[in-house]
Amino acid sequence: MWVYEKKLQYPVRVGKCDIRMAKLLIEQYGGADGELAAALRYLNQRYTIPDKVIGLLNDIGTEELAHLEMIATMVYKLTKDATVEEIRAAGLDEYYVNHDKALFYENASGVPWTAAYIQAKGDPIADLYEDIAAEEKARATYQWLIDMTDDVDLQDGLKFLREREIVHSLRFREAVEILKDDRDKKKFF
Amino acid sequence: MMSHKADLDPQFYEMLEKLQALDFVLVELNLFLDTHPDDLASIQQYNQLAQERSQLANHFQQLYGPLMNFGHSFSKFPWEWSKVPWPWQV
Amino acid sequence: MNHHSWSHPQEQAWAPFIGPFDPCPPILCKTYSTPPQLFMHFQPLNLPQFCPEDALRHGTLWPALYSPYESKWGKGR
Repeated sequence: MWVYEKKLQYPVRVGKCDIRMAKLLIEQYGGADGELAAALRYLNQRYTIPDKVIGLLNDIGTEELAHLEMIATMVYKLTKDATVEEIRAAGLDEYYVNHDKALFYENASGVPWTAAYIQAKGDPIADLYEDIAAEEKARATYQWLIDMTDDVDLQDGLKFLREREIVHSLRFREAVEILKDDRDKKKFF
Repeated sequence: MMSHKADLDPQFYEMLEKLQALDFVLVELNLFLDTHPDDLASIQQYNQLAQERSQLANHFQQLYGPLMNFGHSFSKFPWEWSKVPWPWQV
Repeated sequence: MNHHSWSHPQEQAWAPFIGPFDPCPPILCKTYSTPPQLFMHFQPLNLPQFCPEDALRHGTLWPALYSPYESKWGKGR
């Protein structure tokens, strides 16, 4: 069961009417290393991972849904007041003829989201290594998105999301250590 | 056509951010405790902040309406849930 | 075990090979991120914390985990 909380995790601001950025941000909505893929990956793996790390997958998976909502907010704010001429000039015409201004789970090139983006191998180490890789790839995607804009407000929200990938990556690395050997863990404290 | 313009005062954003800050620390401590379950100091900090956030959330909800659905918040009349703007709108 | 992740550089630089027939003016120095989680392994207890407002703004509760990133936009070659 999930309960919705009617607020964003972070105050998202968009300072510039740069409609083209909406097309790029969609990468983190429905792309291979996006927030939807992340949430579904972890929330699905949690059923078969050892009990010691179920909570972590559950909680990071839940936080990813909050990040999905942040990305959606950015896209929504950038497109809601765009005229059809502006949409065409910004290169969103191909998106528009398919979806109008509706959000859709696809990547920046228009490839729809697919479950093939995520894995569930059942082997805890294999799954956690995939999760660490996913966090690092999402971190990289946020870097390239930050590179694509000079809007400091938008950059601010994207930097928050990039930092979250770093923290999640560390937690997954810790989960691997926990599963490797409980006794070894103590020496790191 | 009349458009709906938000009548949200600056205090709305101030209080919201204060709540977002407290809740963010709770997320961080929660994930940390998922891999450090024996850290008593973090558990104490978590419980203390959970209490603070609940007071702030109550105050916020009295002013700006319910934050949560399915019985985790109260409503005045008429049903307030879909009256207040949504997070991606404000 | 090194707990002082903040002593590690957050970015590494390298100089790619420049070919005599490269069509575009070369970018002499390329960089990549090396954020703190790569060096921490397992987070130690009782690390110094940001206050809640700063934690939210930085995206983490702990300064030792904070990783800045600046946009390449407008920085040129």
